[in-house]
Amino acid sequence: MTTKLKVEHVSKIFGRNPKSILKKMNKDGGTKEQIEEETGHTVGVHDVSFEVEEGETFVIMGLSGSGKSTLIRCLNLLNVPTGGKIFIGDEEITAYNKSQLRKFRQDKIAMVFQHFGILTHRTVLNNVEYGLEIKGMPKSDREKVARTVIETVGLGGWEDKMPSQLSGGMQQRIGLARALATEPDILLMDEPFSALDPLIRREMQQELLDIQNKLKKTIIFITHDVNEAFKLGDRVAVMKAGKVVQIGTPEEILSNPADAYIKDFVQDIDRTKILQAKNVMFKPTAIGTIKGGIKLAIKEMKDNGISSLFILDSERKLQGIITIDDAIKANQEDKKLSDILRNDFETTDLEAYVQDLIPKATESKFPIAVVDENSKLLGIIVRVSVLSALV
Amino acid sequence: MNNFPNITLEIGIYAEMLIDWLMDNFEIGFDAISFILLQILLGIESFLLWLPWWVIVGIVFALGWRLINLKTGIFFGAMIFLVGTFGGEGLYWGLMMSTLALILVAVLVSLTIGIPLGIWMAYNQRIQSIVTPILDGMQTMPSFVYLIPAMVFFGLGLVPAVFATIIYAVPPVIRLTNLAIREVSQEMIEAGQSFGSTPWQILRKIQLPQALPTIMTGVNQTTMMALAMVVIASMVGARGLGMEVLTALGRLDTARGFEAGISIVILAVIIDRLSQAATNRFKAKE
Ligand SMILES: Nc1ncnc2c1ncn2[C@@H]1O[C@H](COP(=O)(O)OP(=O)(O)OP(=O)(O)O)[C@@H](O)[C@H]1O
Ligand SMILES: [Mg+2]
Repeated sequence: MTTKLKVEHVSKIFGRNPKSILKKMNKDGGTKEQIEEETGHTVGVHDVSFEVEEGETFVIMGLSGSGKSTLIRCLNLLNVPTGGKIFIGDEEITAYNKSQLRKFRQDKIAMVFQHFGILTHRTVLNNVEYGLEIKGMPKSDREKVARTVIETVGLGGWEDKMPSQLSGGMQQRIGLARALATEPDILLMDEPFSALDPLIRREMQQELLDIQNKLKKTIIFITHDVNEAFKLGDRVAVMKAGKVVQIGTPEEILSNPADAYIKDFVQDIDRTKILQAKNVMFKPTAIGTIKGGIKLAIKEMKDNGISSLFILDSERKLQGIITIDDAIKANQEDKKLSDILRNDFETTDLEAYVQDLIPKATESKFPIAVVDENSKLLGIIVRVSVLSALV
Repeated sequence: MNNFPNITLEIGIYAEMLIDWLMDNFEIGFDAISFILLQILLGIESFLLWLPWWVIVGIVFALGWRLINLKTGIFFGAMIFLVGTFGGEGLYWGLMMSTLALILVAVLVSLTIGIPLGIWMAYNQRIQSIVTPILDGMQTMPSFVYLIPAMVFFGLGLVPAVFATIIYAVPPVIRLTNLAIREVSQEMIEAGQSFGSTPWQILRKIQLPQALPTIMTGVNQTTMMALAMVVIASMVGARGLGMEVLTALGRLDTARGFEAGISIVILAVIIDRLSQAATNRFKAKE
């Protein structure tokens, strides 16, 4: 993986004399509130560093006023950072002059806005064409591109309507289409779904996931909703009072919140939606093999104090499950292992959400087997792990 | 006796000095402005007079019909025709065309000055804080006051009349352009910037189209003020319906005064309704 975006010690301070305030802050320290009280300057963002991989969805979350918008607006220099450097690939964009910056915005980066930022005097099609128009693409070409993108975001048939004729969710699709039309490497999204009602919102999140699956953009996504953050983010950065307080995958943050603020934040998360099979499964330590035969299988069960055992072949492919009762009886009657194999257990894959495993876990009397596409056994989930993830 | 102390402050002298100085140093400038205004004015006037009367009646009818409705179109056409019948031998038709030319030129010049100035104000806080009080002052002054500098600079005739009309009529379009540009949503402008637009592209592709309905309201108001100023401007010798009113007043000729007055009202109503309907068109498109 290559690093697409690198943010180094970026700060943004608002007020009459931001540079000197930043110097003072770097030297003497001080929190956002202290600085505001003492100097009347607002600290938007202070000393933030992080890297984003190519193709990654990087979510920034935090309470209102924590500096999320200020930070994301630094990334396309709508805000010029007071200090620090930003690299895209190996170009330092914070060193760009005006025309380099325009070129960069035209070709490499696009933004989706919270209140859509749609041009109400233009049709849907002409809105989507806007970025291409600025790039100087001829009319017929840009219309072709715009129509394709409009199709991608599910707005086909609405090309010639005015934005005011469309619902909020559809207007944000225009915003998304307009941003995708210029084929940017990086997509900045500042609370793009916050203005939408919950149902539409979930639909748009899914739409974004689908589009991202296809296009593999590098996305910086802002939200103050933990569920949204964890659903969309490959990694999540949590901001507080102008600082990044934790960066990690959703699982890392959930299982290991860095401080009380984050703990608070993740409290209202519905864990079953975030935790996947791979987070709650055990490594299969006790297993039997066809080759090993019944006697070995019985010993394995006895040693581990379990009443059933998954049976694999020599390539670790799952063949079935046996119970201790069947095994003992078969052993007395001199039957073979393959005679008592059962298939009435549940399987799942690594990525399945725990939420979806709940019915399987409660119905089946055996543990759930986690297998890959070649039906190799990767792990075992017992009922208690699923149910305990609920609390 | 009021016992007011006997002090004489001669402020007037300084005003005179300023004007003299302006005249001495910028005479060429005033002459040039005068010449250009006059040429445009005469050009438009003779064009309007050259057009056959039925073309103009037809245009008024068509505009009324398209912008409002068929009934209004027919009514406006008939009204304009009615004015032509006053005075005999197309006398009032000619006067009306002169007045129309004056209004057209005044509005045209007001817009060419007012819209860019309004944009500049919107972009520049300092310009706004200089221009706003001037506009406030201009709108509280009685309209005939503008005739004084106009006469000082341009003497008598058409040019001072147009000049005074412009000064009187320009504030609304400046104000509303400024307001309209400032009110364009910040997020739209940022969207424009985020795609790498130049400031000029943002003005042309985002701010102006967004501001257009409000600017059109300003254009409408400016037009109506120009119309109102026409009668007063005729005091400095601009021929047209206004002068006809003045002459009638001077001679206590009620019949003639009524005809001239009603002509101005008809012209005013038609121009107002048409320009308002046009403005609403822009708003409806939103
Ligand atoms: N242009 C500005 N001038 C002055 N202060 C600003 C400006 N923009 C943001 N701020 C301040 O910077 C701080 C961070 O604001 P920011 O908008 O980045 O927060 P946010 O995390 O995006 O919040 P929200 O969830 O409400 O959008 C706030 O204290 C805000 O008042
Ligand atoms: Mg914000």
